[in-house]
Amino acid sequence: MAVRTTELVIIGAGPAGICAALEAASHGVKTTLVDRGEELGGQLIKQTHKFFGWHKKSAGTRGVLIAKKLAEEVLNNENITLLNSTEALGYYDDGTLLVETPRGIDRVLGDRLIVATGASERMLLFPGNDLPGVYGAGAVQTLMNVHGVRPGDSVLMIGSGNIGLIVSYQLLQAGVRVAAVVEAMPTIGGYAVHASKIRRLGVPIMTRHTIKEAYGKEQVEGAVIWELDENWNGIPGTEKDLEVDVVCLAIGLTPLAELLWQCGAEMAYIPELGGFVPLYDETMETTRKGVFVAGDVAGIEEASTAMAAGRMAGLSAARSLGKVSDLDYSRLRNEIAGELEGLRSGPASAKILSGIAKMRAMLQSVKEAAAVSEAEPANQPANQPADQPANRPAKQAASEPAKEGDLAEAGARDSEAQGNNGSKSEEAVGA
Amino acid sequence: MSTLVTTGVPSAQDIAGVTPPEERRARGPYATIECFQPIPCDPCHHSCRFGAIQEFEDINDIPKMDWSKCTGCALCVAACPGLAIFVVDETYSETECLIAMPYEFVPLPEKGQPVKLTDRAGIVVADGIVQRVVAGRKPAGTPVVWVSAPKRLATVVRGFILRKEG
Ligand SMILES: Cc1cc2nc3c(=O)[nH]c(=O)nc-3n(C[C@H](O)[C@H](O)[C@H](O)COP(=O)(O)OP(=O)(O)OC[C@H]3O[C@@H](n4cnc5c(N)ncnc54)[C@H](O)[C@@H]3O)c2cc1C
Ligand code: SF4
Ligand code: SF4
Repeated sequence: MAVRTTELVIIGAGPAGICAALEAASHGVKTTLVDRGEELGGQLIKQTHKFFGWHKKSAGTRGVLIAKKLAEEVLNNENITLLNSTEALGYYDDGTLLVETPRGIDRVLGDRLIVATGASERMLLFPGNDLPGVYGAGAVQTLMNVHGVRPGDSVLMIGSGNIGLIVSYQLLQAGVRVAAVVEAMPTIGGYAVHASKIRRLGVPIMTRHTIKEAYGKEQVEGAVIWELDENWNGIPGTEKDLEVDVVCLAIGLTPLAELLWQCGAEMAYIPELGGFVPLYDETMETTRKGVFVAGDVAGIEEASTAMAAGRMAGLSAARSLGKVSDLDYSRLRNEIAGELEGLRSGPASAKILSGIAKMRAMLQSVKEAAAVSEAEPANQPANQPADQPANRPAKQAASEPAKEGDLAEAGARDSEAQGNNGSKSEEAVGA
Repeated sequence: MSTLVTTGVPSAQDIAGVTPPEERRARGPYATIECFQPIPCDPCHHSCRFGAIQEFEDINDIPKMDWSKCTGCALCVAACPGLAIFVVDETYSETECLIAMPYEFVPLPEKGQPVKLTDRAGIVVADGIVQRVVAGRKPAGTPVVWVSAPKRLATVVRGFILRKEG
């Protein structure tokens, strides 16, 4: 078993993890970026549609193109070591991360950790949901947009959030028929412009409808949908039989937070953020010192916010390693915080903001409880957040200001690193 | 509740709000922006070289047109990630209008090709002919297809299909 040591380990090379890596590396932090995929970019490599967002950032460009640009910057950055096709298996109390590389299992020891593992798809219970031909929207996107394979001839889409609407559109572009989009809620979940786009192409969007069952001998041969009453029960007599060979589930994403559970970070169930999420502060640090988060794993949101949050996590990690001067830190921190605030200023972000507010309130009470139990160590709960950095517990608490020696060392590295990665993370998000 | 959020088809009222007054429609091509919800998006404003799409105070603003400045160039049609903008020219001929629509399917149609025109629900409403095809600018631009349609359907036609429905 090989052992790799590094200053910062980042799990997940989606937009959040990449931007974290670029930001940290720009301050001279030796960074190891781990992703189980072969290609860099996370969800972005499947996004062939044009992005919304800020014109000056990446709106109007396509996710795949953003991914390509980010990937190039990572590959050209001397401070970043990329471990692709490598799955993070587990994170242990002593700060060891076990990874499975194509050659076997390795240990990675990092002073700091950023978890940017993104999200996984929710499943839905209905008769026949185990038949071949029932896919998650992510799997359908990967098949089509990464491997160029059509999942079938005719699709029933479950869920009218942006993902369901966009994947429906991509199916149509691939020449696949979309029989209908069903939505249990009384209104369409995603942006109206996405809905109108597929409606114009003749796809019915049926609100207050859901799937009753999928049927078929060896694989999906059809599906029955029906209308829902106010209590979310199917109304007998409203069944419609659709001839489809694919049922695609797009009923939402939920944070992929196993590694955070494992490392003992405090978690909370916050529906607005998509399920169980870690409690984290403005610097993106969890209750486990030295462990930071960014992107969908901290709350299901967008690539634009994932990139900004990733930069914040990378900056905070670099700062806690003593690599960023006070002046630079406050400037960059304000800049990124302002960007996040701008991205979240609209009505579409109201849900996220209320989720974050809830999460922060919980964080506050956890911190207060910790302060109390610190005063009376006998009452310390078992899952008390660790008060140590991710690794090398004896050295220095993560949030403490850097000591002089560290700063000098950081300065030396900074000048070493200058020239090859000055302000790359800036360009990373510019379209 | 507008039909927009229950079916994806904007209501007659929604459409009336984004259609210019009669006298402007009679004067030449104009853009119509069928984007009715506040979403964090603003490339339309930046794409217009004539200042016809007013500046956004907030990224979530709903785009506002100044039709006196619009030339009907359709740059905004190619730029909008929501495929929500169309240019309509009701001065095209006595009986026909010209409609510019974003089109992200391959192969692109060819000039002169007959098509079936569809409304906002994808229902075929008339026959039309492709008059001009503007390929998308690399790497992310959307191709724009101009089709001629019966003039009475200037506010109705918002799509087309190449093959017969089947
Ligand atoms: C259909 C669709 C359309 C979208 N459209 C837009 C849009 O128009 N605009 C916009 O801003 N956003 C859009 N998004 C959202 C955007 O793609 C996500 O919010 C964004 O990708 C989240 O970034 P992330 O880095 O947090 O996670 P991801 O992009 O999910 O990346 C996580 C990475 O972590 C890796 N990983 C996970 N677990 C492990 C492990 N144990 N070991 C190793 N690697 C691991 C994964 O392989 C993956 O590469 C869309 C999403 C979808 C699905
Ligand atoms: S058609 Fe041309 S002039 Fe009119 S709003 Fe669009 S970009 Fe501006
Ligand atoms: S670019 Fe299109 S989707 Fe975006 S705000 Fe403008 S009209 Fe709406």
